[in-house]
Amino acid sequence: MFQRLPNASGERVSFTIDGRPAEALAGDSVAAALIANGVQTCRSTPVSGAPRAPYCMMGVCFDCLVTIDAVGNQQGCQVRVRPGMRVETQNGKREIER
Amino acid sequence: MTERQRSDYDVAVVGGGLVGSAIAWGLARQGQKVAILDEGDIAVRPSRGNFALVWVQGKGLGLPEYAAWTKRSSDSWAGFSAQLREETGIDVCFERPGGFLPLLSEAEVEHRTNQLKRLHNQPGVVRYDYEILDHAAVAKEMPFIGKDVVGASYCPLDGHCNSLKLLRALHIGLDRSGVSYLPHHRVERIEQRGGGFAMVTAAGEVRSGKVVIAAGHDGRRLAPMVGLNAPVRPERGHIIVTEKTAPFLKHPVGFIRQTDEGGVMIGDSFEDAGFDTTVRNGVTSTIADRAIRIFPQLGRLNVVRTWAALRVLTPDGFPIYEESASMPGAFVATCHSGVTLAANHALALAPHIAAGSLPEEFKAFSARRFDVPKAA
Repeated sequence: MFQRLPNASGERVSFTIDGRPAEALAGDSVAAALIANGVQTCRSTPVSGAPRAPYCMMGVCFDCLVTIDAVGNQQGCQVRVRPGMRVETQNGKREIER
Repeated sequence: MTERQRSDYDVAVVGGGLVGSAIAWGLARQGQKVAILDEGDIAVRPSRGNFALVWVQGKGLGLPEYAAWTKRSSDSWAGFSAQLREETGIDVCFERPGGFLPLLSEAEVEHRTNQLKRLHNQPGVVRYDYEILDHAAVAKEMPFIGKDVVGASYCPLDGHCNSLKLLRALHIGLDRSGVSYLPHHRVERIEQRGGGFAMVTAAGEVRSGKVVIAAGHDGRRLAPMVGLNAPVRPERGHIIVTEKTAPFLKHPVGFIRQTDEGGVMIGDSFEDAGFDTTVRNGVTSTIADRAIRIFPQLGRLNVVRTWAALRVLTPDGFPIYEESASMPGAFVATCHSGVTLAANHALALAPHIAAGSLPEEFKAFSARRFDVPKAA
């Protein structure tokens, strides 16, 4: 659905989405990297279970919550992708242990 | 003057929080024609800020009748919540898994042990089970308890609910039973008129045969208008709520509990700050720190909201229920445990108000207990 701008450039960064290898460009936020990799929904809500995807991309809406390196409920749009980062989509409530 | 003009309602309940709503709900079930006179959204509203415990242990030292009253409400809560669900379709998420009060030092254990011993040694006090547990016994039930927890008192009668859903269920129930909810009706004056009462508000006058002052903090101003006394004061408490997490905490643990929707509430402060509800970061830091000593895992969670609300406290902390001697038909009901006592207010207190008088057992809750001069 989303495409990178034709002039997008930068170093390639390897990370994983739900254990699958993925690539981003240096400087991408986790939310942008998920979108660039075709991820449609990154979590489901804790009460009704409705699917959610990154929306505001500026730290306000909290819809892009994902588990990053085993810590739940991280705002994907506020964290830059790092090499080797483990990003996991979230199903409902986070666990207190992660 | 026709009968209709003299009294628009059988009972006017002043106050639309948990106490007033529960009483009005119970009155409507007795076939009474009821109006609730409430303020607007900016009213001082502890019912929207409370912690939602249905708590029994430790209550009633100094007034054994209060221990019995509390236990009775706790015992009625399951049936009460079932009735609300049947009537409104709303599950107020009442659970009674038993509650722990964590103790963080030997001194705290000793203090709590003595307190409960004295409570349960009072003549005529109601009997129920409780235990003082050591760290190992607490850890057996909750292996993730912090090492700083020396022990806990436990009572199988303690529980909790979703108090926002409770207030909403009561109001939907009131609407279904034909109770008139009148917001923006702050009562300026109450006048005895033609065998009943006239409540004077900026939005007009409301007349009723009986009146119940259940106005929380405003009871202090309103009760004397009908010859009663409600010397209540505000006590501020802070509450922290975390993000929603998968269920890990079954029991309410003193001032920490996990809600039905997964957020963890932490509320462990008692401050004399008048009507100021400003959140003080020093207080929230202190209560968060204590909560993390009790459950270290909580330190990993993000906080999503903090607020401060004002408990409605009488001088001895016990409720006031009383009918006016000089103006029969006028009642006052006030307490700080509007959630715990909601079942009693609806099912035990309201029928007496509907019938027109409080029986002997309510004498202990009269505000006249404050008129006794203190011993030197």
